Amino acid sequence: MANAVPVSNESAWPRLGLRPLALLAMAGAALGAFLLSLVFGSVRIPPDQVLTILVGGEPLRATWVTIINDFRLPKALTATLAGAALGVSGLQMQTLFRNPLADPFVLGVSSGASLGVALVVLSVGAANTALLAVAGLLGNLSLVVAACLGAGAVLILVLVLAQRVQSSVTLLILGLMIGYLTSAVVSLLLSFSIAERIQAYIAWSFGSFGGVTWSQMRVLAPVVLGGLLLAFILTKALNALLLGETYARSMGLDIRRSRIGIVTSSAVLAGTVTAFCGPIAFLGIAIPHLCRALLRSADHRVLLPACALLGATAALLADLVAQAPGTSVVLPLNAITALIGAPVVVWIILRRGAGRGAFGV
Amino acid sequence: MSATILQTEALSIGYTGRQGASRVIAANLHLRLHAGEVVCLLGPNGVGKSTLLRTLVRMQPPLAGRVWLDGADLCTLPPRELARRLSVVLTERIEVGQLSAYALVALGRHPHTDWTGRLSPRDEEVVRWALEAVDAVSLAHRQVHELSDGERQRIMVARALAQEPLLMVLDEPTAFLDLPRRVEMMRLLRRLARETNRALLLSTHDLDLALRSADALWLLAPGGVLHSGAPEDLVLGGAFEATFASDGIAFDRRHGSFQVHPPAQRRANLVGDGLIALWTARALERAGYTVGADHTAPALLVTISDDAGRPCWELGVPGGSSRKVGSLHALTALLRTGHMVVADPAADPKLDRMEERGSQ
Repeated sequence: MANAVPVSNESAWPRLGLRPLALLAMAGAALGAFLLSLVFGSVRIPPDQVLTILVGGEPLRATWVTIINDFRLPKALTATLAGAALGVSGLQMQTLFRNPLADPFVLGVSSGASLGVALVVLSVGAANTALLAVAGLLGNLSLVVAACLGAGAVLILVLVLAQRVQSSVTLLILGLMIGYLTSAVVSLLLSFSIAERIQAYIAWSFGSFGGVTWSQMRVLAPVVLGGLLLAFILTKALNALLLGETYARSMGLDIRRSRIGIVTSSAVLAGTVTAFCGPIAFLGIAIPHLCRALLRSADHRVLLPACALLGATAALLADLVAQAPGTSVVLPLNAITALIGAPVVVWIILRRGAGRGAFGV
Repeated sequence: MSATILQTEALSIGYTGRQGASRVIAANLHLRLHAGEVVCLLGPNGVGKSTLLRTLVRMQPPLAGRVWLDGADLCTLPPRELARRLSVVLTERIEVGQLSAYALVALGRHPHTDWTGRLSPRDEEVVRWALEAVDAVSLAHRQVHELSDGERQRIMVARALAQEPLLMVLDEPTAFLDLPRRVEMMRLLRRLARETNRALLLSTHDLDLALRSADALWLLAPGGVLHSGAPEDLVLGGAFEATFASDGIAFDRRHGSFQVHPPAQRRANLVGDGLIALWTARALERAGYTVGADHTAPALLVTISDDAGRPCWELGVPGGSSRKVGSLHALTALLRTGHMVVADPAADPKLDRMEERGSQ
């Protein structure tokens, strides 16, 4: 502007940088966690041998190739994708609903996936042993298909509602109600089911990154990457939504279209991860808070990649702990994410929030 | 006359109900806003000020008529084009974590940036200019949640300014501010309108400030009548009485303020002069007495005297007791408890000179 007063000290202005160094450090951490999860497992493989296998060389034992290529690599990739997806999806929901308690599951998409799985696992085994054998043969593929169908059905429902409702809060309440409805149906199914089937359902609900095969990865990876890409395209809308929908609209944002975009990307990310890995709680709500506290920023152009990287790192580390390296025990993934993550998040939030009272905030 | 920025043509505002029946709040409005002008929208609560503002910024559709913004029909402008011509400052308190004032103002560049939201050097220049224009350069580094109400409001104005609009609409921009901050805010808005040649429309309940600083007033009266014109024209034309007509309150054209009808008056005669007499009269009025020097009617007699260098007040009723007090607080307390009762004369319809202090 012509009438701007010449500023003597140009560096006096704050910088709206994209924090490349912080993001680079986070990428490094994610890569480190990825390599760690390849090295550690129930079978001990020396790190140099892991590297040899990764670059296509000949290890000391041939079985190690199978272990790395068919088990650890797909699992690490799954954890990376799932962690990134949940972190980004959680960030989107917290911004869209302007609610720090929102997470990827508020839209009810994961509940839909649970319902799909419950329908297959619990109803199939009710009487017919032949059907049960079929379900066993299909393995977790049938679970994935059922979860995808359930998540997809809820996604379509939520999108139809998102077109109609005026306020995002209405959408939030509707999503919660869908969640309650589906868990009610699941409870009913559980009460009519036999013990082994209930066991199978509960095992699924513990969450696991280990069940994804290479053929399933061909579905999981493109869908998650597509969802992440859509989320990245929508960062400008998320930034405008920081001030609430009224301000966002006054700045020229097409609220309805942005909301549908955000809901689609978030639901696809959360729904897909739930379908393939089970309902992974905690990461979606914790990672965005962690990123905001670490980066001291609300700019989604920084927060979004940070949530993806930190989410991936957290998922990889949680999976590592759940494997209890050196033992053959596998702990429930959901328990690990919350057990280790919750205290960390509490510590960071409290440290940052010290001195901010209820008044004057 | 400077350029017309906003113009309405037979505009009807209101709501359309569920059965298609519409509730008209005001009809056939012909309004104009010019560049460099500050216009204040005033009116009693619930008369439809918000509806009018919401219609003018396209947050709700008009029932009939047109709104022209810089020669373009408001209803057909693409959202982005609208955002480049019109920005708003709302009353709602924004809750953002971890956002600096600078970043908040930078959000105002939204309609000017590409899909990535990246700020060009020119965008940053405008952000800095906006912060300078509202005298908030020193706040740029601070987090938004650390700012006081007045500072935050200045930042929100800077954000609206960063949109580089032709028209800024502010919904009660002085609502949460104390008196000095309100005067500062109005002065700032006037200066912005003059220097940047933009039009500013703001709603307010601050009658006194609006009368003194607005270039024009829009008075929205119950029944959907809108009086517009220079503040002085409206005072002379009696528009304020028509707009705010209500029991127990009247507009004083001489002072440009509202006065409250007191409850049934009692009389008091005051003997004394100077500043002490002035404030004694004020205390008596507050206690429900009309102060005069009419010695014919039965009245409370208050005499100011000097008690060894300190003022004291002697109270007496005709044919009754007399008391002496050392402060006006004690005097009003005595009157309140009813120890000094004067035979009540016929109710006096005359207005009290007590100004409405609520808005000061």
